[in-house]
Amino acid sequence: MEFLHLTELRKKLDSREISSSELAKYFLARIKKLEPQLKAFVTVTEEAALKDAQEADEFIGSPGENPFLCGIPYVSKDLFATRGIRTTASSKILDEYKPPFDATVTRKLKEQKSVLLGKTNLDEFAHGSSTETSAYGPSHNPWDTSRIPGGSSGGSAAAVAGGLSPWATATETGGSIRQPSSLCGVSGWKPTYGRVSRYGVIAMASSLDSPGAIAHSVEDLAHLAEIMAGQDEKDSTTGHVPVPQYSRNLTADIKGLKIGIPKEYFLDGMEEGIKQRVMEAVKELEKMGAKTVEVALPNTKFGSLVYAIVAPSEISSNLMRYDGIRYGHTVPAAADLLEVYEKSRAEGFGDEAKRRIMTGTYVLSAGYYDAYYKKAQKVRRLIVNEFAEAFKQVDLLVCPSSPNVAIKLGSAKDNPLFGYIADQLNIPGSLAGLPALSVPCGYARPADNDTPSMDGLPVGLQIIGPQWGEQQVFNAGFAYQQATDWHKQHPSLE
Amino acid sequence: MTNSAYKPVIGFEIHVQLATKAKMFSPAPNNPDETVPNTNIDEIVTGQPGTLPVANKEAIRLAAMVGLALNCTIDEFSKFDRKHYFYPDLPKGYQISQYDQPIAKKGYLDIEVNGKTKRIGITRAHLEEDAGKNVHPEGLPYSLVDYNRAGAPLLEIVTEPDIESAEEGRIFLQELRNIIRYLGASSADMEKGTMRCEPNISVRKPGETTLPKYKVEVKNINSFKFAEAAINFEIARHTEMLEKGETPRQVTMGWNEKNNCTVEQRSKEDAQDYRYMPDPDLPVLQFPQEYLDELRNRMPELPAQKRIRFLEEYKLPLADVENLINWKELAFYFEDVVSELDEWRSQENGLNREQLIKMAANWCLQDFSALLNQDLKNPLDSQVGPENFAELVKLIVQGKISGSAAKTVFRTMYEKGGDPSEIVEDMGLTQVSDEGAIAGAIEKVIAENPKAVADYKAGQQKSFGFLVGQCMKELKGKGNPQVINDLLRKKLS
Repeated sequence: MEFLHLTELRKKLDSREISSSELAKYFLARIKKLEPQLKAFVTVTEEAALKDAQEADEFIGSPGENPFLCGIPYVSKDLFATRGIRTTASSKILDEYKPPFDATVTRKLKEQKSVLLGKTNLDEFAHGSSTETSAYGPSHNPWDTSRIPGGSSGGSAAAVAGGLSPWATATETGGSIRQPSSLCGVSGWKPTYGRVSRYGVIAMASSLDSPGAIAHSVEDLAHLAEIMAGQDEKDSTTGHVPVPQYSRNLTADIKGLKIGIPKEYFLDGMEEGIKQRVMEAVKELEKMGAKTVEVALPNTKFGSLVYAIVAPSEISSNLMRYDGIRYGHTVPAAADLLEVYEKSRAEGFGDEAKRRIMTGTYVLSAGYYDAYYKKAQKVRRLIVNEFAEAFKQVDLLVCPSSPNVAIKLGSAKDNPLFGYIADQLNIPGSLAGLPALSVPCGYARPADNDTPSMDGLPVGLQIIGPQWGEQQVFNAGFAYQQATDWHKQHPSLE
Repeated sequence: MTNSAYKPVIGFEIHVQLATKAKMFSPAPNNPDETVPNTNIDEIVTGQPGTLPVANKEAIRLAAMVGLALNCTIDEFSKFDRKHYFYPDLPKGYQISQYDQPIAKKGYLDIEVNGKTKRIGITRAHLEEDAGKNVHPEGLPYSLVDYNRAGAPLLEIVTEPDIESAEEGRIFLQELRNIIRYLGASSADMEKGTMRCEPNISVRKPGETTLPKYKVEVKNINSFKFAEAAINFEIARHTEMLEKGETPRQVTMGWNEKNNCTVEQRSKEDAQDYRYMPDPDLPVLQFPQEYLDELRNRMPELPAQKRIRFLEEYKLPLADVENLINWKELAFYFEDVVSELDEWRSQENGLNREQLIKMAANWCLQDFSALLNQDLKNPLDSQVGPENFAELVKLIVQGKISGSAAKTVFRTMYEKGGDPSEIVEDMGLTQVSDEGAIAGAIEKVIAENPKAVADYKAGQQKSFGFLVGQCMKELKGKGNPQVINDLLRKKLS
């Protein structure tokens, strides 16, 4: 039951084979049992979940069609505002924060009568690739609990991979959906920038943030995309592009599909097993009739540099509002106003947030803006153009989602650059706002070879599409999952 | 006041709170009159995590209209930037403003100073959001913040340092206020703070063309009178210092209206680094030619055009025209009265338009203005409609009521409303202009006052007045004085 796909749960709920309340209780019990090992949650909303499930059951019991997610439990990355429910961004500065409003995504899921089980852990304000910067401690990888689940959406990926929730909301800025999906062996969708509303999703870097989802199959993701996507009058950066019926349009027929293999994405230092699994997946796609060509994306190498300027600049700006005045952590005994700011922020923010605030503040300061931020934006434009050129020749790009399988908890702690290196495969696409998937494509031994997992640890195949090209991406992922069953394999956690 | 050895150099920064329903970036109400703290707020205004701004289209339209009215260039693209600083009244830790691509730039406004036209350059006009207000309750160990004003749409207008006296400054501000009001862009009320001006003042020797090395900004000015006073105070202060060989420091002063002087607020030397960056939450603003053409087509008559029309068409004296133009609602009301009078003229011959208009203007600017000012009302909020107003003017011109009776009638119209003819009827104020009735009274008065008649004929002018008074008495005060005068003079000649 814990690994049933959304499509299967829908059938079971509609046929009354199971009730929403039973589902909620089942998953809540599983959370209770496994949370001590996985630490995927910041908050579990048991009471509200049972109440929502009961309401969903009443709705299902009344005549008329049920929305796709009606009665189905889910978990939400603790970056999505949930009215009256603690929303922390895994930061001490928002430890007690209960938003007075719902994020647009939260609202849409409520309208579907989804059942929220809880809020999942992440790197503080999504700053990281391991959940280790969370103020509440790291989450653990269900395939090997001594390892990171990846991040920043690590809690969401661990919850889905561990069968604690059928699906989870997640967000990307530079790999935060694809990398944890890859490390936890689940399917993750990073939408086109502006495809899903950012309203109510606590901002990391506004020009990059893309709320998305993690689930067990591409088919499930296509359904979720239909519900989550769309222009939002509360987010002016959402696109006025109609949302296709992704799930209905899904097809495994990818004959003639032109797939580009960007040579720059098979980095030196990438684990050998990763390359092998991804190339095997490419062969699988070729077997189904796809044509592959090597493409060159030389500006890719500037991606991390551009990101290292743009992201901290926007972060330093977005984190200005946490000042201890209106909400969040504050210091009651301050001598003056300046001390309120200094102490509230010093105590409230973790090291990584502080590091990024300092970098961003420096980069934006007078005299440096032109040299750094402005120049970075120009290079970003080059990267965008380079992808656009590539998509004139090919329909999709395929590469690994992560250069490595899950590493040991704590092994990246002393290397603040870990995140940047791990994100190299994801950042260029994020800068260009492109849609992408990570789907499980087998296993590889970790570099340290120290894991009880027999086959090794999950490897993720990344599929990148052109702007608004979700359908093509879903089709390729769907076709791959029709031909393989990696996405149906789960860790044993008892 | 101004020492002739120095010439002032003055530029303005003016903030205008736009009259939109909602705030600049949120649907929360934009109501400058709200008195209950923290009611015009929502999750966007208070900067809750995850909230996003959405630019108010109406504010953008009004800003573009003002830009066009100020002869500015409106580029095809404009953008919003974030200006960062910490302050409790600034909910997001940054203000959304416009840094290097303002909506409007490089314009001008022509003003009339002592009969000469003077052109004041407009450097730029940009949109931004207002901050809230910090409140410091007396005797309490904490401060409070009221976010009602936070996020209100502001248009900041910056002028070139082209203003050379306090008087020019006042005239410029008045003309700018009129333009903004005529566009319906804002109530532009200095007292209420929907228009705030900060002059930047320095002085230099006549003939010098480079800008002085310093300038002093004055804040906290809430009337045209104070703007003029503050500028004059600063000019005198700078002149005195320069005479002594000192240079005024680059500071921000505040106008103290109690003591009629400026007081130093803060030094500008520790200028903050606002770390401007384009706001990634807001797409670039686009102003296609068609949009701007549409705005131009819908541009109402501006005060300068109305002024010329009132002078040329209505032949009113300049002072009257100025007083009408400076009160937009009264100017519009006056025009409604004129069109009522024109309608009437088209039905009856032999009426002098200029005379009617002159009389209507006088009544607007005297009795009507006095009553409205006393009640802080606008013409359309009063009970006197333009039609009845015109009717009253008509009764006066036709000689149906005397000037003093008209005052009584007007006051009744103002207090209770109603048709002036009916009021005249009810109150029995109809003036006797009938020559037969008046001639009868005159016969009687001449017969009863032979001595006064004799005195007048002997050259005593005073007796004529006595006789007129007796006639008026005979007619119970309702005689048309002009007719009495004419007939009596004829009889006695």
